[in-house]
Amino acid sequence: MKNIVSKLTLEQYEKNFQELHPPLSYGSAKAESSRCLYCYDSPCMKACPTHIDISEFIKKISTDNLLGSAKTILKSNWVALTCAKACPVAVLCEGACVLNEKGDKPIEIGRLQRYVIDNYFSLGMPALFSKKPSNGKKVAIIGSGPSGLSCGAELALLGYNVTIFEQSETPGGLNTWGIAPYKMRKQDALNEVELVKNFGVNIKTGVGVGTDIPFNELYKNFDAVFLGIGLGESHALSVNGEELPGVISALDFIEQVKTEDWSSVPVGKRVAIIGAGNTSIDAATEAKRLGAEEVIVIYRRSSQDMSAYNFEFNLAKKDGIIFHFLTAPEKIVGKKFVEGIECIRMEPGKPDSKGKRSVLPVPGTEFIIPVDMVIKAIGQEAQNDFISTIPDVKFVGRKIQINSDTYQTGNPKVFAGGDCINGGKEVVNAAYDGKMAAYGIDKFLGK
Amino acid sequence: MVDLSINCGGIKSPNPFWLASAPPTNSAYQNCKAFELGWGGVVWKTLSHPIMNVASRLGGFDYSGQKLAGLNNIELTTDRSLEINLKEIKETKKLWPDRAIIVSLMVESKRETWHDFVKKAIDTGADGLELNYGCPHGMSERGMGAAVGQVPEYCQMITEWVTEVSTIPVLVKLTPNVTNIQIPARAAQTAKAQGVSLINTINSIVGIDLDTLRIMPNITGKGGHGGFAGPAVKPIALHMVSQVATDPEFHLAISGIGGISTWKDTLEFILLGASSVQVCTAVMHHGFRIVQDMTDGLTNWMISKGYNNLDQLRGKSLTGIDSFGNLNLLYKAVARIDQSKCIHCNLCYIACEDGAHQCIELTPEDGHNKTVIREVDCVGCNLCSIVCPVPECISMVRMDDGSQEKTWNDLVQDFKEESRELTWENLAEFQKKNGIVIH
Ligand SMILES: Cc1cc2nc3c(=O)[nH]c(=O)nc-3n(C[C@H](O)[C@H](O)[C@H](O)COP(=O)(O)OP(=O)(O)OC[C@H]3O[C@@H](n4cnc5c(N)ncnc54)[C@H](O)[C@@H]3O)c2cc1C
Ligand SMILES: Cc1cc2nc3c(=O)[nH]c(=O)nc-3n(C[C@H](O)[C@H](O)[C@H](O)COP(=O)(O)O)c2cc1C
Repeated sequence: MKNIVSKLTLEQYEKNFQELHPPLSYGSAKAESSRCLYCYDSPCMKACPTHIDISEFIKKISTDNLLGSAKTILKSNWVALTCAKACPVAVLCEGACVLNEKGDKPIEIGRLQRYVIDNYFSLGMPALFSKKPSNGKKVAIIGSGPSGLSCGAELALLGYNVTIFEQSETPGGLNTWGIAPYKMRKQDALNEVELVKNFGVNIKTGVGVGTDIPFNELYKNFDAVFLGIGLGESHALSVNGEELPGVISALDFIEQVKTEDWSSVPVGKRVAIIGAGNTSIDAATEAKRLGAEEVIVIYRRSSQDMSAYNFEFNLAKKDGIIFHFLTAPEKIVGKKFVEGIECIRMEPGKPDSKGKRSVLPVPGTEFIIPVDMVIKAIGQEAQNDFISTIPDVKFVGRKIQINSDTYQTGNPKVFAGGDCINGGKEVVNAAYDGKMAAYGIDKFLGK
Repeated sequence: MVDLSINCGGIKSPNPFWLASAPPTNSAYQNCKAFELGWGGVVWKTLSHPIMNVASRLGGFDYSGQKLAGLNNIELTTDRSLEINLKEIKETKKLWPDRAIIVSLMVESKRETWHDFVKKAIDTGADGLELNYGCPHGMSERGMGAAVGQVPEYCQMITEWVTEVSTIPVLVKLTPNVTNIQIPARAAQTAKAQGVSLINTINSIVGIDLDTLRIMPNITGKGGHGGFAGPAVKPIALHMVSQVATDPEFHLAISGIGGISTWKDTLEFILLGASSVQVCTAVMHHGFRIVQDMTDGLTNWMISKGYNNLDQLRGKSLTGIDSFGNLNLLYKAVARIDQSKCIHCNLCYIACEDGAHQCIELTPEDGHNKTVIREVDCVGCNLCSIVCPVPECISMVRMDDGSQEKTWNDLVQDFKEESRELTWENLAEFQKKNGIVIH
């Protein structure tokens, strides 16, 4: 890469990546918890995909019953710290808080949940749950992301012998390798992995199923298999110049950032991000925080069409990220490395049956944006190559097909949840899926 | 123009706001500062015999994140010498001739000693005396304070010792730790006092430290009951003031005390018969400056309602106080929920369902629960409207046309005249006739 950003001081990096939502103090957690109305059958609980009994856990903060509060949270959600820090609360629990309707600020549910779990972890995770006696049955879980961890925790408590196979050397899935460091750090995710391990779940890291060991081996040796494999590689742009040094996929870039060895992550002075989803925003704000001078998000549709949440968009704007909407990349230019990106203006066409408008290039509007680095963030592939090796597991597009009650795939012994069944949603959905799949597996094996 | 000046048993002040005898009125420094900020009067921290306080004398009662819903104390009377206090009272009075300075006294039960204290207090130029028969702790163990206030005969005797020599108005401060506050109030009247002040603090234990298992406040492992004051005691104080004010045998002035922190609280005490009000906890919490809002809040309210002096308001709400037997049993009200204001917290539902009469239904609608009152079953108890966090969302609507009235006393009388017994069956007949449903 030409024009690499010079290194910042350690303090500067720490400052740039400091938490967006700092922890609450004892006093402020108490005050915030007292503000909660303690609704009955509360809308926030319904809005949470894992249905945490939110008013109950908040009530318990107000009475200093923090262990009870942790139990209320965890029994619904095994990755509650990640969710507390990384959930899009504005569109989930906090968005549903009745105080919004009253014209007041909603309760800071995410930060309160974090307060409880931080406290629980700092106490060394005292036992809150009792395990059922071993039933002698074995379940294999592929993937140690939030779906795999929740499934594992729940099954372990139900008395199963659980082994998680994780291809990466470090467990946790995207909680460890994806979520922006100003939301949560790697260690937070690893602490949640510890919690699950404490239930007796065995995690084998550095073991790729289908690569290091054949799927069949699990299929034969275990009574059931859960697929929590997430999605795969970032989509390719399929434009000329994509192979130039300085072009990187968002996930690879973000993974480097998540090592938290910030000075060793190469970033160009001028960075273009292709795509306008939440991952693009993460890549953009992270590039900026590493010292990039100019960060440009290029998106072929209009701002109304982008999948990034409003609060993520606002964060990016606050960071000084520049947005080029209705702009499509045509090719990446440069001799030995990226020097620019050639784009063309787009104009909205007619909306399709789902209301999403198509866009058409405006001939003769090509122009070059000089950049040193291009980050591809137009979504992830599904792991369809791997999935197609498993008998009777069907997928449509990026989604493995399951029974929505039991999370069972077309193969009765194989269950699935998380990004691999929904095409890429949030941690909280994966957490719920994993738990529900555990019940599905228990129903299947218990009969 | 609104005139806030008052005359409480002969003690005049430019407004009804007095500081109660307590730490805020300890010294000339504090009292002068209070006057500067606008307080109309001060009751100087009680003068008494030599005492010593302990460290750790206050305990706060917090509720639901709200600090100092109540304040507990085991403080005694002034711990500064009589001489210093008298000197400072004199100097303060000289500086603030238009404000009321009332000297609070608590003296051992000897006639000559009382005479001595009274004379010394009068010599300062003070406008009045307040006899502290209230402190529920410490001093009562030495036969003073509540030990006097709880025995009407002592109360009368000691007040007589004071009034027989006093040339300035005498207020008797009453302890609420009695079964009927009217009795000591009457004793003060018999002894020719000019007024009563109430309430002093209520016997209390403010809480227990769940780590040490000791009561709070704690003095090297020990503690004792204290006196409770602050917002939490206001309803009790209002009741006691009204009891004294409605006593047909009582006709002295009343200085209202207990949980007052705003102009609204002040108005409530005045409406129940108080001439002046006294404040302690609110000032201990937020300082003398609160009087500024109290003054212009009260003034603005009076302007908006068309009153120009406090005499027009004093005791105005007493006419509405009556015994239960005189309340209309045929008044029917039901709760109505304004759906456009409802925020779907369902607190009315769970309160009614578990805590009252099961007449609210949750009906799923547009992804949330719609709360619907079953009006035929609603007894009009108010609970839902009280727990609802949204102003004016649940209102209690009158359903009877007002043409009929029947009180319990009427009913008993009717039964007597018809020679019928007061049985459940006979009552049910009355209820049925009047469309009253009991669940
Ligand atoms: C950059 C980025 C930022 C995000 N930020 C947020 C956020 O702020 N908030 C939020 O709620 N969500 C966020 N998400 C989404 C969220 O991370 C995912 O929805 C969630 O992690 C999905 O969980 P999962 O368990 O399905 O899969 P993953 O977390 O992807 O975990 C899958 C795991 O399976 C392993 N695996 C895959 N195949 C194999 C195999 N064959 N053998 C062994 N192991 C295998 C992988 O190594 C991985 O560890 C973000 C996603 C991305 C990409
Ligand atoms: C710390 C403290 C000390 C008090 N000392 C006295 C006192 O010396 N003499 C007295 O008559 N009342 C004393 N009181 C009672 C107050 O004058 C007042 O009656 C009581 O606090 C109720 O008013 P409030 O609710 O505004 O605090 C004291 C109260 C407190 C909190």
